[in-house]
Amino acid sequence: MGGTDAPADTSHAHHAEPYRPVFVGERRRELDELLTRYPTKQAALLPALWMVQHDRGWVSEDGMAEVAEVLGITPAYVKGVVTFYTMYHQHPVGKHFIQVCTTSPCAVCGAEEVRDAFLRATGCEELGVTSPDGKYTVIEVECLGACGFATPVMINEEFLESVTPDKVPGILSQLK
Amino acid sequence: MGYPHKPHDRETLVLSKHFGDREAITLDGWKKRGGYTALQKALGMEPAEIVNIVKDSGLRGRGGAGFPTGVKWSFMKPGDGKPHYLCCNADESEPGTFKDREIMRWTPHALVEGCAIGAYAIGAETAYIYIRGEFTEPIARMEAALKEAYAAGILGKNAMGSGKTVNVYVHRGAGAYICGEETALMNSIEGRRGNPRIKPPFPAVAGLFAQPTTINNVETLAAVPHILNNGADWYKKFGRPDNPKSTGTKLFSVCGNIARPGNYEVTLGFPFKDFLYDVCGGPLPGRKFRAIIPGGISVPIQTMDEAEASLMDYEGFMAQGTMLGSGGVIVVDDAQNLVKVIARAARFFAHESCAQCTQCREGTAWTTRILERIVAGEGTTEDLDTLLDIADNMTGKTICVLSDSCATPVISGIKKFRADFEALIKKTKAVQVPAVA
Repeated sequence: MGGTDAPADTSHAHHAEPYRPVFVGERRRELDELLTRYPTKQAALLPALWMVQHDRGWVSEDGMAEVAEVLGITPAYVKGVVTFYTMYHQHPVGKHFIQVCTTSPCAVCGAEEVRDAFLRATGCEELGVTSPDGKYTVIEVECLGACGFATPVMINEEFLESVTPDKVPGILSQLK
Repeated sequence: MGYPHKPHDRETLVLSKHFGDREAITLDGWKKRGGYTALQKALGMEPAEIVNIVKDSGLRGRGGAGFPTGVKWSFMKPGDGKPHYLCCNADESEPGTFKDREIMRWTPHALVEGCAIGAYAIGAETAYIYIRGEFTEPIARMEAALKEAYAAGILGKNAMGSGKTVNVYVHRGAGAYICGEETALMNSIEGRRGNPRIKPPFPAVAGLFAQPTTINNVETLAAVPHILNNGADWYKKFGRPDNPKSTGTKLFSVCGNIARPGNYEVTLGFPFKDFLYDVCGGPLPGRKFRAIIPGGISVPIQTMDEAEASLMDYEGFMAQGTMLGSGGVIVVDDAQNLVKVIARAARFFAHESCAQCTQCREGTAWTTRILERIVAGEGTTEDLDTLLDIADNMTGKTICVLSDSCATPVISGIKKFRADFEALIKKTKAVQVPAVA
């Protein structure tokens, strides 16, 4: 386990450097292949946003503008879509983005204690607020679709099952 | 992680036969287990023949609505000159449900084969499998299976040498319960916000990219190869003899306060009492079952009397005050605060409302506020009437059923477990200071 898909460069959050386009070289070829799967360019919007988030750790306004440009839609439209879906980060997040499921089936199995254990062990003061060292962000997530393996937790692209409060320090110590 | 349990001898393994078998994940392994013989057979048949076999089998949608699959397929008119599409709904986001995840993790080729047969049967050259964004492992398994299938010529311009085009692609969602609603899912594939569409037009007339479209659940499509290989009569034999309306096997996801949570496959019509106490091992030590939500969190809550009298099929659950739904069985025991469970469900719906319709946008949030107030010990007796009034206004009045789904646990909860709510409210009264004159 451990952060194989860790966000790449959250340090550029404040546009200290000019925006570097995502859709060049291999990424551009990947997008072009994707476009052959759909009758409209716009249909590649969700996959294109995933590529931006994968490469940059989040989806910035500049990232949205680039996606709009390559797909022939407006930045405002892209923003409307980005804001609809919970998984696109509109701000930089911690290196390890931790999502704990607390919906009813997990809640009856003690998910809230798991959530609190992550908050304590990461030093995050509240949900959604990145720890001072930039390493962790913890959020509650609605149903991860693994209710029989309560409590499921996602850390970046890694999906963990049957997490209990006592396992939390061990999980964190293995993150790279 | 998450290895399936050793099958119980009262299970009937069709879809889950190879869960836990690592070899079955690969194309070679799948072929050794009889994989792709059904597709080969299907591609040599007329599409209408396939539709008729599926119709005859009695297979009904396993995502929640239970619509007869063959009938749905027959709405797609061949030779209309338009491109047709198949969508596979792998958004699996109904709390309590985690069966499609196991199908994709362990038998990805079963779904590829089911999609390919379905696409050919409805005259579509393209199928999209829409998988929720959080399912990173199932997405990886499906992508790998598709890559193998293309490389082996099973998919593509000349699928299995038939001269027919069958393309299957994965489309990853990005976090939105509502995208499991069929028209929201189509909007999401088109690169839009996942708002459900007003119907009509229905998808078979104008669905994905405004073209004739059929949408089926993962489990539904994964059952199709078995039906083609073994025949409609074989499939119809699974089920109780006195109910021909519910045929076949069904995966039930079991979670919450129960000894052995997990996925179990039984024939439709299986006695729910035996399922809960025998197959799934009964309550946790020292506890008692209190209430069951048997078909995902959107269906009415059952009392234990209702649950223990239920037969596990569409009609059997209906007769006991609830619905089969997606087969996501949520078990709540006597150590839980039931009102809190319902309040948490309402919060889920308030979070997931797409906010198009007033009744849903306002109603889910208002319902949550009142329920959380009651749980916090600040409820009033009027709150229950207000909740029921809001729930009435949220039912049958919106574009999709998310609003109804939020109202359902509230209505059934207050109706069947009113004393639980009243006990919390009485506590409030006990600490209230009399008004000063």
